Amino acid sequence: MRVRVDAQRCQGQNRCYALAPEVFDVDDLGQALVIATGSIPQSLEARVRLAAANCPERAITVSDDD
Amino acid sequence: MTKPAPPPQAPVGDWATDFDLAEPEYNERAVEIWSDLRSRCPVAHTTRYGGAWLPVRHEHIRQIAYDTEHYTSRGVVVGNLRPIVPGPAGAAPPITSDPPFHGEARRLLLPAFAPKRIALLEPDIRLLCQRQLAKLGSVSAGDQIDAAVDYAQQVPGAVMARLLGLPETDHELFRGFVHDLLEGVNLPEDEMARRRDRFDAYLDEQIAAHRRAPQDDLTTFLSEATIDGQPLAPQHVRGTIALLLLAGIDTTWSLLGSSLHHLATHQADLKRLRENPSLLPTAIEEFLRAYAPATMARLVKQSHDFHGHAFQEEDWVLLPFAAANRDPEVFERADEILIDRAVNPHAAFGLGIHRCLGSNLARLELRVALEEFLARFPSFEPGDEAVRWSVGQIRGPRRLSLRLLEVQNPIAPETTIPRTEYTRSRS
Ligand code: HEM
Ligand code: SF4
Repeated sequence: MRVRVDAQRCQGQNRCYALAPEVFDVDDLGQALVIATGSIPQSLEARVRLAAANCPERAITVSDDD
Repeated sequence: MTKPAPPPQAPVGDWATDFDLAEPEYNERAVEIWSDLRSRCPVAHTTRYGGAWLPVRHEHIRQIAYDTEHYTSRGVVVGNLRPIVPGPAGAAPPITSDPPFHGEARRLLLPAFAPKRIALLEPDIRLLCQRQLAKLGSVSAGDQIDAAVDYAQQVPGAVMARLLGLPETDHELFRGFVHDLLEGVNLPEDEMARRRDRFDAYLDEQIAAHRRAPQDDLTTFLSEATIDGQPLAPQHVRGTIALLLLAGIDTTWSLLGSSLHHLATHQADLKRLRENPSLLPTAIEEFLRAYAPATMARLVKQSHDFHGHAFQEEDWVLLPFAAANRDPEVFERADEILIDRAVNPHAAFGLGIHRCLGSNLARLELRVALEEFLARFPSFEPGDEAVRWSVGQIRGPRRLSLRLLEVQNPIAPETTIPRTEYTRSRS
């Protein structure tokens, strides 16, 4: 699974960082970024999906590995 | 003023065609009113305030919050007059600013409110809460307290005084200003102007004192801040400080009160949180969803059609985020309060570019204030006096009588609370 944050949509609500800090971080302006590189380990997939479902700005997209 | 004076206020007949947020009935019965409007309307209208609209569906509220082309934030609190402010900033940047100036005014403040910076404040906030609980004095099981006045209201005021470096003893004073401005929509305009002038004079005095003796606080930070190398205009500095007081106190106070009210009236949830405190952050998100305190307004820039409704230039449009949060099209079991709700993309802090700048601070205050309250009072139930709700765009209990069923000794904090380096510390 892969995950992406759309920087245009993200308004720094920080739900993703609270729910899955292993995968998301926030910068000095509160903007989210994905810190996990490459494919998301299976053990974190459920939490990444939860983070995406909790983003009020609908800024997080998850997709299957190509 | 661009619209004629409003007709004298009368009780609301039909909420779909004649709503009024300044009627006490609105906040008391809000959940029923939204649900009724959602099924038969779903964009209510009133001719009061020179014309205003109230959408209640998530999709509509979302659409307007994201659309800065058709709507301006020049006015975010409904009144009988439209604010006249020259320039891009509006009276209280960034909340009253539109793009592109909004982005600059907001970027300036973002670092001070970013999650990692805010997390540093936890020990200070905890001490402020403990001190407030100690101030209740010797209470024992069976006694009643007003949790809205004696606790929920005190915490955010004390936190904002600290962040802004305002004298802690002024806390009553500026809470009075905030109340005057937020709950006085239908007062005569000259009375509102007098209240605004008093608030401005107070803030000017504080800013001047900080210029003479700079401190490690947000007032000093704003007085020294620049945009494109230019210091901020004095009205910008004052407007932003006023905004932080206006936006940071009644909102947090309201949600803290609503959360305590919920727990008093839902003993199973109270028991569950007592036994499993790690559920608290999830429960707070659910309280934010269901009791979202803030309704913001916009003004229509140019007349246009909105899903069959003729929005006129300078009409008010309200954004009741709590109504969006209870829309069954977006939330399952929307009117039930499930403190372990896992999927909860609520809009309590707004949507789009004006997303609450204080959301990380508000979440921290709410968690710490509830943890400390539950530590001192593990068990409580509704007291004898009925809950009294606020009037206007910020919804929450203003009187909340609780009967304490179990009381722990207060933790006596030191009288002076050490100040965590915050605004200037950059690691
Ligand atoms: C539970 C507590 C709170 C709630 C529910 C809340 C809600 C909101 C909402 C809905 C907005 C969006 C305004 C709009 O769309 O026009 C907003 C903006 C804002 N809030 Fe909060 N707020 C809370 C606490 C705070 C605190 C503690 C602070 C500050 C210290 C704060 C500062 C601000 C500021 C500065 C803005 C304007 C941001 C901008 O325009 O870019 N809020 N808040
Ligand atoms: S939850 Fe959404 S809006 Fe919030 S920081 Fe994450 S990506 Fe950004």
